[in-house]
Amino acid sequence: MVKYLSQVRPEKQRELVLLLLILLVVIFFAMMIPNYLNARLFNRVSTSVAIMAVLAIGQTLVVLTRNIDLSVGSIVGFTAYFVGQQLSHNNEIEPMVAVLMAIGVGALMGGFNGILVAYCRVPAIIVTLGTMALFRTLLVEYSDAQTVLTVNLPQWLLDFPRLNVLSHGRLHLRFVVVIMLAVVVLFQLFLRFSSFGRKLYAIGSNPEAANNAGFPTQRIVLISFLLCGALAGLTGFLFLARFGNITVVAGIGFELKSVAAVVVGGVNIFGGSGSILGATLGAILIDLLENSLIRWLQISEFWRDALLGLLILTSVATDSIFMKRIRLYWAKRHAPSTS
Amino acid sequence: MGWEGFLLVVLLLIICVNSFNSLAFLTVENQVNLFVLSVEKIIIALIMTFIILNAEIDLSVASMMGLAACALGWMVESGTSTSTAIGLCLIIGLVGGAFNAYWITIVKLPSLVVTLAMLIGFRGLGRVLIEDRSIRVFPPWFENLGQQPILGPLPLSILIFLVLLVIAVVILQYTGFGRYVYVIGISQEVATYSGVRVARVKTILFMVSGLISALAGILFSARLGSVRGDMGLGFELDIITMVLLGGVSIFGGAGSIYGVILSILIVLYLRNGMSLSNVTGHIQTGVIGVILILSAMIPNIKSWLESIFDKKYAP
Repeated sequence: MVKYLSQVRPEKQRELVLLLLILLVVIFFAMMIPNYLNARLFNRVSTSVAIMAVLAIGQTLVVLTRNIDLSVGSIVGFTAYFVGQQLSHNNEIEPMVAVLMAIGVGALMGGFNGILVAYCRVPAIIVTLGTMALFRTLLVEYSDAQTVLTVNLPQWLLDFPRLNVLSHGRLHLRFVVVIMLAVVVLFQLFLRFSSFGRKLYAIGSNPEAANNAGFPTQRIVLISFLLCGALAGLTGFLFLARFGNITVVAGIGFELKSVAAVVVGGVNIFGGSGSILGATLGAILIDLLENSLIRWLQISEFWRDALLGLLILTSVATDSIFMKRIRLYWAKRHAPSTS
Repeated sequence: MGWEGFLLVVLLLIICVNSFNSLAFLTVENQVNLFVLSVEKIIIALIMTFIILNAEIDLSVASMMGLAACALGWMVESGTSTSTAIGLCLIIGLVGGAFNAYWITIVKLPSLVVTLAMLIGFRGLGRVLIEDRSIRVFPPWFENLGQQPILGPLPLSILIFLVLLVIAVVILQYTGFGRYVYVIGISQEVATYSGVRVARVKTILFMVSGLISALAGILFSARLGSVRGDMGLGFELDIITMVLLGGVSIFGGAGSIYGVILSILIVLYLRNGMSLSNVTGHIQTGVIGVILILSAMIPNIKSWLESIFDKKYAP
């Protein structure tokens, strides 16, 4: 076992551990809750993961560069409301245009964060703490205390969350899940193989060295915030499609949830290491737990948050204790021979 | 002119504008009232100053407030006397703070992650205790505690704030412990090699943070007269904003408690002034957000202007 594990890169091991944890959680609840493993579980969890995973991927891009984006919740809320408002005024808007509109608005907001962080050199936590309040205010002002209602939305949007790509019996692969998978694959490949992706890691592990090596650090940080905003915009669209009724409190608390998913997924909060796949698995694990604890009658549903907090702590602690050892071991085994 | 001087000018400006705008601003009732309405936040801002100076952060304060308030309501409801319950709640605060400190100093996890997890965890525990009910069981003397003036026009909560303020200033500026807080914030390594007991200082800070947050939660439930699971939701961001606006560096080691006092006054007066001119709460939050970002940009703009000036007039 150890021999096989030592062949796998530490980052991959982390992902394997997460996968194992997810399996354990499923097995545990399958034993505890009668009739737990059914098609509805997969359908429900996969749909709600789709929303959080896309957001967590955006957050990962920013966290990798040793920054953080606390404004994503407000961006999700604003884009969901904005697009919903446009669609209720004009039902003729093409689906593709609506999606692009959401991504565009999100990117604009992310770009605003990025300019302040990269070019005005304000710490990301301060900027995004400020814009979290600012974007929420924009939403409240723009909405004028009105609500986007399901009845005014075009029919295609209401059907969108239940749109299936593949169906096997009652097991459905929803279109939104396919969107999420596409985003995961795209960004995983992008970070792994493109020079931009590698530069994100370089900046996160040592900003000074990256700067001295001649990387356009500022531009890359700006782009990472821009992409994070764009993905938050896409999340806003998915949120609108799923819930239909959008009020001014839409997306509150998403910023902390996305950071939690990223951290559980093994992305280092101080930048430089972690993967998109890990963050996605983190989002899946958290969502699975949330959805399962609600149905577990032995304990009240109010335990959910308390357990979630503990889970995040233990998973990060395991990471920091065990992964350090595994990395050292791996480094020793794979060190170039000195002879 | 230092950052405190700049904040002072801004503060005076806000006071002038407010007094011209509304006759009500300078009345004693309004002044006391505007402090009472945010007293829980500004009490926590004091200890948050220490923690951020120490290059750490505590995101779990507002959830600890909620947990203490819920525990208080739950205990009083199940028959504990209110004063015993208050004591137990303060102990819960200490234990919660120690729990945070354990993960930060012994397991050596980043405080951002630990306290983010406990932001969710403490809130969850509070919900476990009272679920989604609203509890209104307190004896009259406890509810009066939050509102009745006891010294001149000042209620107990303001007096507690003033006492804590004096203690905070003395500890931070005039004791060895205060120096340790700064040294650790500037460089933890240097502090360790100089023989400062870093883990002990951090443990004390996080335990006190838990204690003060629990105290704030109790004061909050006394002021409202009832307890709910979502009490103080999102307060942590307001508190951190106050501290950062006061010129405390998010990377630790730089800033002073005087700056934080000025920024507390600025935030409260600004919000009050806007309320008096009928600006809604949401716009107020937005304005504070913009000011936070601007405040962090001003030092950069200043050094940028200086570099241009130097180039132009270089010998």
